[in-house]
Amino acid sequence: MTLSDEELAEELTDGTAYRAPSRLRVVTGRFFRSTQGRIGFAVLALMFLLAFAGPLVNRWSYTDKDLTAFMRPPSADHWFGTLQTGSDVFAVTLRGMQKSLIVGLLAALVSTALAAVVGAFAGYFRGWTERSLTWLTDLLLVLPAFLILAIISPLFGSGQWVVFVIMLALFLWMVTSKIVRGMAISVKEREFVQAARYMGVPPVRIIFRHVIPNLSSLLIVDATLNVSAAILTETSLSYFGFGIQPPDVSFGTLIADGSRTAVYAPWTFWFVAGLLVVTVLAVNLMGDALRDAFDPSAKRSR
Amino acid sequence: MSPVLEVSDLTVSFGGVPAVRGVSYSVRPGEVLGIVGESGSGKSVASAAIMGLLPPGARVTGSVRLHGRELIGASQRQLAAFRGKSISMVFQDPLSALTPVYRVGDQIAEAVRAHQRVSKENAMVKAVELLDLVGIPRPSERALAFPHEFSGGMRQRVVIAMAIANDPDVIICDEPTTALDVTIQAQVLEVLKRAQAKTGAAIIMITHDLGVVAGFADRVLVMYAGRAVEVGAVDDIYYRMRMPYTAGLLGSIPRVDRGRQPLVPIEGHPPSPAALPPGCPFAPRCPMRVEACDDREPPLFEVGAGHGAACIRWEEVRPDGLARQAAAGDTSRLRVRGERTVLAVRGLVKDYPLLRGAVFKRRVGTVHAVAGVSFDIRQGETLGLVGESGSGKTTTLTQILELVPPQRGRVVVLGHDTARLSRGERTEIRRDMQVVFQDPLASLDPRMTVHDILAEPLRTHGRPAGRRIRELLALVGLESSHAARYPQDFSGGQRQRIGIARALALEPRLLVLDEPVSALDVSIQAGVINLLDSLKDRLGLSYLFVAHDLAVVRHIADRVAVMYLGRIAEIGQVEAVYDAPAHPYTQALLSAIPLPDPVRERSRERILLEGDLPSPANPPSGCRFRTRCPKFRAELTDEERSLCVTVEPEVRPLNGATDQGAACHYAEKRGVV
Ligand code: SF4
Ligand code: SF4
Repeated sequence: MTLSDEELAEELTDGTAYRAPSRLRVVTGRFFRSTQGRIGFAVLALMFLLAFAGPLVNRWSYTDKDLTAFMRPPSADHWFGTLQTGSDVFAVTLRGMQKSLIVGLLAALVSTALAAVVGAFAGYFRGWTERSLTWLTDLLLVLPAFLILAIISPLFGSGQWVVFVIMLALFLWMVTSKIVRGMAISVKEREFVQAARYMGVPPVRIIFRHVIPNLSSLLIVDATLNVSAAILTETSLSYFGFGIQPPDVSFGTLIADGSRTAVYAPWTFWFVAGLLVVTVLAVNLMGDALRDAFDPSAKRSR
Repeated sequence: MSPVLEVSDLTVSFGGVPAVRGVSYSVRPGEVLGIVGESGSGKSVASAAIMGLLPPGARVTGSVRLHGRELIGASQRQLAAFRGKSISMVFQDPLSALTPVYRVGDQIAEAVRAHQRVSKENAMVKAVELLDLVGIPRPSERALAFPHEFSGGMRQRVVIAMAIANDPDVIICDEPTTALDVTIQAQVLEVLKRAQAKTGAAIIMITHDLGVVAGFADRVLVMYAGRAVEVGAVDDIYYRMRMPYTAGLLGSIPRVDRGRQPLVPIEGHPPSPAALPPGCPFAPRCPMRVEACDDREPPLFEVGAGHGAACIRWEEVRPDGLARQAAAGDTSRLRVRGERTVLAVRGLVKDYPLLRGAVFKRRVGTVHAVAGVSFDIRQGETLGLVGESGSGKTTTLTQILELVPPQRGRVVVLGHDTARLSRGERTEIRRDMQVVFQDPLASLDPRMTVHDILAEPLRTHGRPAGRRIRELLALVGLESSHAARYPQDFSGGQRQRIGIARALALEPRLLVLDEPVSALDVSIQAGVINLLDSLKDRLGLSYLFVAHDLAVVRHIADRVAVMYLGRIAEIGQVEAVYDAPAHPYTQALLSAIPLPDPVRERSRERILLEGDLPSPANPPSGCRFRTRCPKFRAELTDEERSLCVTVEPEVRPLNGATDQGAACHYAEKRGVV
């Protein structure tokens, strides 16, 4: 028994307040007890703070152009230097971060959730449901992305980031969903699913309570990978005249622009890149911690 | 005679965790040494160490001498020369010992040629001889078959043939019959005896089953927590044991020859090798423990001629088995069956299509998994449904649990016919009929806390969880602090208790138990059986208890139904069926079960069945048992036989029996245990 278990046990037996040790509570507890989880969460929280509170302390906004300083290295005036246009790199980076954090995290979550739900339903129900869901997945896999964009883009105006997030997610979920389907088929054969069926638990609830949690390791890894994938894919979508448009910026566009000037003006590239790496690392740490928290066989105290 | 194999002070550890801690024994030519222990006792590791078959991370010290030559530390080449020649091994899983892509004849010939200089042709002749010796029918033909074309029992015979190919001096058998059905086990043990008689080899028989060694071994070594805790002649171990663990083990095994009486489980569970108690490793579970036990680990005291026991109080250890035997007198009380029927199955039939082909499946036949099965269970009654693999008991069970209209026949659960169930009735049945599965680890969602697992049935049927969960945990003997943990943090027995608690959550009326104790060690199993027994009385439950172990069924069931190839061979009150089985199959089945009683085991006549179960896709005409029926083969006249061949017998009540019926035209009671 690890220390944390003993603590929990004590809380339970002292009788005053019986807190039901449900999965949610135990997983949350384990997540925040792991160093990885705490660090990852703290760093990500800091990033959000930086992105949204940062502009308040900076005198430049991302649309401002300092016509006295083009392509200047970092200085007291421009903390991260300036771009060719005279924009303040710090302001622009933070603006990009706001967009990318939200878009990246949300798109990753949405795409993984979609993959999980579609895959699990296809794998659990088989037959007719499976056939139509598989068909849909395959269709989205083979159809080139720009074709879908061409069809869908007239339906709404650009700049709505919610729509944009959904679009991004739509490009990311298919492969995972196929893997999930395969795994769901095998989970369905497991005895605890039989047990739940014989208990009278409705199928949809079995999927959400038993099938998907048992694929959580895969899903969490997938979601973590999708965060960076989403941030970068967003760049390529911008080429289609879709998503983040100038003068607005995102990590994607900044990195694309910055890489061209990185050699002689490193500040245009490295700050953005560094923040992206830190973000992705934090997300990875959280993902690892979350996976361990979900997985009962993982080592407890580290 | 000087010993062929001498093991002294053998220790094995994996990454600093000891698995075997100083085991010493020796075997003489022609002697059978039984090594008995529960899982984790180190019994298999010890023998793998002798063969030099341990993974690279293992550290082995001590000495193993074969004909005086040291094996520990010998080079791989030297070991290879011994392996298969002087020492050979028979594993639990015969498939892993055979190469799937070679014909079995070639594999045996190969084994012969590895150590003897003979021509290919001669080796093949020898291989066929060996196959014949181990009782493979049509050996020259079967030598050309591949391993997957053999049944499990036949495969094990092939492995034995391979093991004796070079007249070894020692054969190590590691749970050779554990994966097999009892009637097949009896055959294989018989083959091993024959093989030993032929080669004069010493046999080391490693097993968890005290019955298997009772009739087979000359001496027995009991292992616990990596140590030999008792060693001696087989009669000394079974009748004059001096170690509380041995006594506990013998007290906790259910026996076919003893009626309903509470088993005596050993408390707790074996210590983990990484955290052994300071003194006697058995101390935390020992009923005789005193303070001095914790001082240091007791050595193997010499308690008699060739009899050693590792217990400081060995003089006071009494075999309690005798006292229990005396108390077993009043068990044959006549039970009156209850009024209300909770489950009725009438003429249930279930076929599966037999499909062939990888891409385009086409139907090539029909598997008649269940072919007309009828039984019922009354309120407060336990029906044991027993049968070997392929008997159709599992299919019968799933047919009941699925609550779908049966292919043919009727299933009436708690008064509702499954062919006409409304939604509400189905929910009601799902509430009142619960299941306990064989493998507790597989049937509990590994990603849920015990709290959530127990709360699931309650939530599903709209009952409050909170307090009830603590009640349930207490009911099955667990603590409420266990609710926050995951299933894998528990030992096997505790997990099964969680499974039982979940099944009891909704206060069901009928509990379907699918081999609930067969995955557990004997010392743990007894506790679960007792728990089930007491719960039944306290909560007024009815059980459908599916099992392959007839001994367990005898302890828990009121009535028993024996299945063979999709049909019921015999059904009736437990005492009646066990004391005087009338169907030849029941007789064979009961006589095949080894008793943990060496004297009786030696004097017993076994009814050995020939061959394997026929394929359920193509059952014999008339009586399904006739291809293996000893009565059909030996006792009946040709005229009488024709009835067996043409007419399929139905279950008929026996003359003069209150509650016993057999599906045999020539049923005749006969005591076999
Ligand atoms: S030494 Fe003590 S604890 Fe160990 S078996 Fe003997 S009486 Fe029991
Ligand atoms: S009916 Fe005939 S073949 Fe079948 S069990 Fe009885 S005697 Fe044997």
